[in-house]
Amino acid sequence: MTTTASTPTTVPPLRPASVRHGGVTNAISDAMTLIGRSIRLTRRNADTMVMSVVLPLLMMAMFVFVFGGAISTGTEYINYVVPGIIILCTGYGASSTAMSVADDMTSGMIDRLRSLPIRSSAVLVGHVTASVARNAVATAIVVLAAVGMGFRPNATFGEWLLFGGLVLLYVLGLTWLAAAFGAVSKSVESAGLFGFVMLFVPYLSSAFVPTDTMPAFLRPLSEHQPITPVIETVRGLLTGTPIDRGGAALAWTVGVLVVAFVVAVRLYRSRTSR
Amino acid sequence: MIVETSGLRKVYGSTAVLDGIDLAVREGEVVALLGPNGAGKTTTIRVLSTLTRPDGGSARVAGHDVVREADEVRAAISLTGQYSAVDAEQTGRENLVMAGRLMHLGRRGAVRRADELLERFDLVDAGPRRVRTYSGGMRRRLDLAMSLVAAPRVIFLDEPTTGLDPTSRTTMWDAITELVRGGTTILLTTQYLEEADRLADRIVLIDRGKVAAAGTADALKAQVGGERVVLRFPDAHALSRATGLIGGDGAVAAPERLELGVASDGTAEHLHRLLDQLRAAAVPVARVSSHRPTLDDVFIALTAHPADAPVPA
Repeated sequence: MTTTASTPTTVPPLRPASVRHGGVTNAISDAMTLIGRSIRLTRRNADTMVMSVVLPLLMMAMFVFVFGGAISTGTEYINYVVPGIIILCTGYGASSTAMSVADDMTSGMIDRLRSLPIRSSAVLVGHVTASVARNAVATAIVVLAAVGMGFRPNATFGEWLLFGGLVLLYVLGLTWLAAAFGAVSKSVESAGLFGFVMLFVPYLSSAFVPTDTMPAFLRPLSEHQPITPVIETVRGLLTGTPIDRGGAALAWTVGVLVVAFVVAVRLYRSRTSR
Repeated sequence: MIVETSGLRKVYGSTAVLDGIDLAVREGEVVALLGPNGAGKTTTIRVLSTLTRPDGGSARVAGHDVVREADEVRAAISLTGQYSAVDAEQTGRENLVMAGRLMHLGRRGAVRRADELLERFDLVDAGPRRVRTYSGGMRRRLDLAMSLVAAPRVIFLDEPTTGLDPTSRTTMWDAITELVRGGTTILLTTQYLEEADRLADRIVLIDRGKVAAAGTADALKAQVGGERVVLRFPDAHALSRATGLIGGDGAVAAPERLELGVASDGTAEHLHRLLDQLRAAAVPVARVSSHRPTLDDVFIALTAHPADAPVPA
């Protein structure tokens, strides 16, 4: 333990003057560095990984094999429910970003990062990109598992692309929302609440049962909440049901993305510059 | 002056956490901000490292204004905060390489620098392990190493050894001392007088958002009085006779402890004279001790508030 004291090596000089900060190249390299960091942290956080894949798989199995028989949707129930499960899975998966951001905010890490000559949003970009990558993997696993359980999508290549694009926008929007939530959370535990919300909200949509089977007072809420048009569009793209609210789905996802992005960056800045 | 503040103010709600702080630190100097909890030490460091915006006054670090030229300041400084600022789920080496990349040393430069620092801080074996498995002392050393990635001109250390066991504290002190030898300017905060005494060239006592006193440790100690010789007597009679003989100016008797304190210049000659006088008058002396004021005395004398506690004589 005393080696430090006995080795007379001084820190080798490295002229700070020779290093340039700022500029687009550095901004890109900073973002890449922090994306790498967030992906490493995510990969090593076994709980998040397991939860974001196993939870949707279990729910899908439960809805298909346990409740499914009793729910009448006019189609094979698995074809009805898989789009809902995908949206639930990605929403819940995105929510863990709230905890990663809160972890940075409540530990000393944020001070370290903020005292570096980098753009303050680079840290959030790192977390968000890692979330998108994680959710892409989780979604692929869920779709494959669904096919294994009897899900039969009839989407064309173009429809798969549109599906991918819409889910990507949805995940991006929710992840930025989660980041905003994480930026104002007092603790990692309270940031975890966002996950509960994302786990619960899809139940009040057409994810698991058609909304017209719900009591009248719930119907307006579940028909018009943002998740319903997204789920119905995904369902239409994958299984060929009519898509009448594609525009609403797009408007909602893009709207949430833009607003959440602006809010997250603002909150992050104001929280870190007190 | 590499760090210079004038009339620095920061108000939270109705409390002035910083109430006009003036500091001046020369390049290569080690200055300790010493003060009780809540005195404003950490806020000062946060303002200087661009993390907190001051509400008044000005602060320049390495020639740049901390508000208007924050990026230039950030390029010249590093901060090791009170709380560990390393990723527990990354390895020590990954943390250092990441810091190097963010300080724009380039991929190769960052890797090389990381390996140098691991060696320098005795963390070569721990380098490939996740930080989660590190002891508190190792974590703190890694924290310090993170701060040195880009050879900063000014290093801010906020309570660098709080919560460390004595061995790790000594190791940390050695590491800091070595930085100082390399000519780095360091501004640190501490609640430990021993730490300030040992590491700092100059101490700035901060209390209630103001500079209460500043100077070298010796100068501060001299402010609360010089050296004293304390004599203890076997009984009250001896004490009262001794007080009559040698109890002149500056002597303080403490009858409940049978002690007499006399101002001294600290020389053996003075002690001889005292004891010779007492022996000639046949006054028995039980014990002799000499007392140099410590930073504790300074700390208590200058920061104790009438409302909180009586100022000791």
